[in-house]
Amino acid sequence: MLEIQQISIAYGPTRVVSPLSLSLQQGQIGCLLGPSGCGKTSLLRAIAGFEPVQTGSVSLDGSLLSSPNYLLPPEQRRIGMVFQDFALFPHLTVAENIAFGLRGIKSSVRHSIVQELLALVGLPQLGARYAHQLSGGQQQRVALARALAPEPRVLLLDEPFSGLDADLREGLAQEIRGIIKARGISALMVTHDQYEAFAVADQIGVMQQGSLLQWADAYQLYHQPANPFVADFIGQGVLLPGQVLSTESVQTPLGVLHHPHGLRLGSRVEVLIRPDDIVHDDQSEVRAKVIQKSFRGSHILYRLQLDTGDKVLCLAPSHHDHHLNARLGIRLELDHLVLFPSSN
Amino acid sequence: MILQVLRCSSLSVWVIVLAALLAVPILVVLGSVFWPQPELWQHLRDTVLADYVWNSLRLALGAGVLAGVLGTTLAWYVARYEFFGRSVLQWVLLLPMAIPAYIMAYSYTGLLDFAGPIQTQLRAIFGWSYGDYYFPEIRSLGGAVLMLSLVLYPYVYLLARAAFSEQSSSLLEASRTLGWTPKQHFWKVALPMARPAILTGMALVMMEALADYGTVQYFGVTTFTTGIFRTWFGMGNPLGAAQLAALLCSVVLVLLYLEQRSRQRLKFYQPRQSTQVSERLSLMGFKHAIAVVLCLLPLLLGFVLPAGQLFYWSLERLDQLISPEFLRLCWHSFSLACLTSIVVCAVALLFAYGRRLNPHWLLQWPVRLSAMGYALPGTVIAIGVMMPLAALDNQLDAWAEHWFGVRLGLLFSGTLVALVLAYSLRFLAVALHGLEAGLGRITPSMDQAARSLGASPTEALVRVHLPLLRSSLLVAVILVFVDVLKELPATLLLRPFNFNTLSVRAYELASDERLADAALPALSIVLVGLLPVVLLSKALDKSRKSPI
Repeated sequence: MLEIQQISIAYGPTRVVSPLSLSLQQGQIGCLLGPSGCGKTSLLRAIAGFEPVQTGSVSLDGSLLSSPNYLLPPEQRRIGMVFQDFALFPHLTVAENIAFGLRGIKSSVRHSIVQELLALVGLPQLGARYAHQLSGGQQQRVALARALAPEPRVLLLDEPFSGLDADLREGLAQEIRGIIKARGISALMVTHDQYEAFAVADQIGVMQQGSLLQWADAYQLYHQPANPFVADFIGQGVLLPGQVLSTESVQTPLGVLHHPHGLRLGSRVEVLIRPDDIVHDDQSEVRAKVIQKSFRGSHILYRLQLDTGDKVLCLAPSHHDHHLNARLGIRLELDHLVLFPSSN
Repeated sequence: MILQVLRCSSLSVWVIVLAALLAVPILVVLGSVFWPQPELWQHLRDTVLADYVWNSLRLALGAGVLAGVLGTTLAWYVARYEFFGRSVLQWVLLLPMAIPAYIMAYSYTGLLDFAGPIQTQLRAIFGWSYGDYYFPEIRSLGGAVLMLSLVLYPYVYLLARAAFSEQSSSLLEASRTLGWTPKQHFWKVALPMARPAILTGMALVMMEALADYGTVQYFGVTTFTTGIFRTWFGMGNPLGAAQLAALLCSVVLVLLYLEQRSRQRLKFYQPRQSTQVSERLSLMGFKHAIAVVLCLLPLLLGFVLPAGQLFYWSLERLDQLISPEFLRLCWHSFSLACLTSIVVCAVALLFAYGRRLNPHWLLQWPVRLSAMGYALPGTVIAIGVMMPLAALDNQLDAWAEHWFGVRLGLLFSGTLVALVLAYSLRFLAVALHGLEAGLGRITPSMDQAARSLGASPTEALVRVHLPLLRSSLLVAVILVFVDVLKELPATLLLRPFNFNTLSVRAYELASDERLADAALPALSIVLVGLLPVVLLSKALDKSRKSPI
């Protein structure tokens, strides 16, 4: 089990990771998700041992890896890593790359391990090629095979799909999840793309400005975001102002909404409205003006202005084609209410 | 904090120790000013100091300006115009680099002397005899400026050529739509844009001119470098020589600062994105002829004539080629250059890799200090190496005699150790520059990949960096090899007793007015000196062919 307790990281005077903790169970795939510069890559590098920690500790299966006055060298950690640019050694063949970390092993055994891994990543014929002779997706798989070869205790993946074409990412992400799961090892991935995170990870941590905001699975992040940043970062949506009327109801620009838990009477809140919460309905009495539309193929995403001046998003099937400034009938279809204390 | 740095790896400790060791000579020279010698300086001021300062300045400025104008003009023509033989001329123009200035001086002295072929021909044609006519004296300050400019202009040419050919064609088009002629564009836009490159080149030329010993000594021009020799050997005052060296050093440091600053500007002026490189303009008629002649002239004066003269003399002395003396010279030069280039490149690799691993100032500063050696004249370095080694030898000798009753003699200062140390300091930057560029092309994720796969930093160096650096390393070895072979003043000062190299022998023979005998060793140096020129021209070719 990988345990990170209260670690913080700084480059000189600038602190890039504030004290944060998380743990990863054996066989679990975690993902750190956040905009660039949020400290997620620094966290990954600290786990790998390339970056010292200022406070707290990193430990693996009960043994200490990093603390403010201890830094186990990366080569002694048995933590595998897949790099953003793959970092395949250009002077070695694919097979030699995979065998790089297999030390002190008889060459016949080494050969069979390499063959097994090549088969695992689906490139059994390409052992003799050089990295520059492979496509991006193939390089990615070789990088994974190379990292898996020495049987690491944890696998780290740093933006593993960012160098690939968009249409390749989704499929490869699923495939790589399958390979990691088949080996039964824990993995931690870093990405700024939520769809990659959804495709690969069991647990996702959303990071912002060096802090871990929420550590949960994809469903929970979308439907029960812990704060407005997570709500905004995962999926789309708007926050509408609300006034608490009773312990179970809130007045919003879309009418009075109900909430099962106790609310503080009279307090101001912000209510999260996702585009799929607003349903297009010509029969509805509630009307809103189309101020922007973007065609998404099967659906059209409308930005609508309510009569109160507040704006909401609406995802409508694409045969409901309306012009700008047209007034649409809409209906609210909410399973459960997500609300945050008002920030102002 | 310091402990934390050192704990990183034993490699860092090695870097700090070696770099500090290499920096000792520089510190010795600069530190010599703290032991003032008022009498010596009074004497120098009354007699030769003004000459040293004035001549050195005129030499450096003269060579800098002449090489600057020549290099810039040639670069402009080669980069912007299409004319007969341009593609060959653009790299052949680098050939003068192969000839050390002092060898150029011997060659021209032979050509232009009273008994030389040119004056003899003139007398035969016009029927003059001695004293009938004026003929400029090559063995003068002006002659030295000319020699140095002819061998050093390629520095400016290379940098300016790169700067001009990187300028986008849309700039010229913009100028012309705004009403400027191409000629005005050169003065208003192209030249100011290339200025950092040209200034960098000129600063390098001036540093080399200040460092020159062989040419000015042969031409009888008193400068700082000859003054340092004279103070050391003529007046027997090594401390005084070190103080003169410190003075020269301070001038060089100013140039070095200028060079570094314009290099930074160079980055700023270079286009960030790939730009449309313009088609070269074709030249017509008269202008075409001018361009061809202009580019042929420096080639003729800077290579064909002097090398031809050396070749002619060598043909007369062909029997020397297999003489044991000449073979011994070759072996000395070759083995010394080999040994040094391997030592220098190993140290440079260690430094470059150490800096990559650990950006702490404790590593950076000693390395930067020792890399400054490339700017220092060989005479200065020789003094800086000699003084501490001689002191160390004396200490060791006294100690050994006291405790064991044996005389050790000169363990370091009288052996090749001193020479290799001096060369290492002088040429470290040459190797370091190339290796750091090579390492820079290896992404840091390569290091991290190797480490995460269980390789220690040293193992990563051997298994990943070394194979990837092979060609950079080879180039560095060749460059240092050739530089060692050409080096004169430090070799002259530090060589073990009776140990002669090609450059020292050429110098001795030329000093004895046995120019024809000096030709064979001199020509050998020139031929080996062609190696880096070929390497450079290949690099030019590559940068031209790559699509960028």
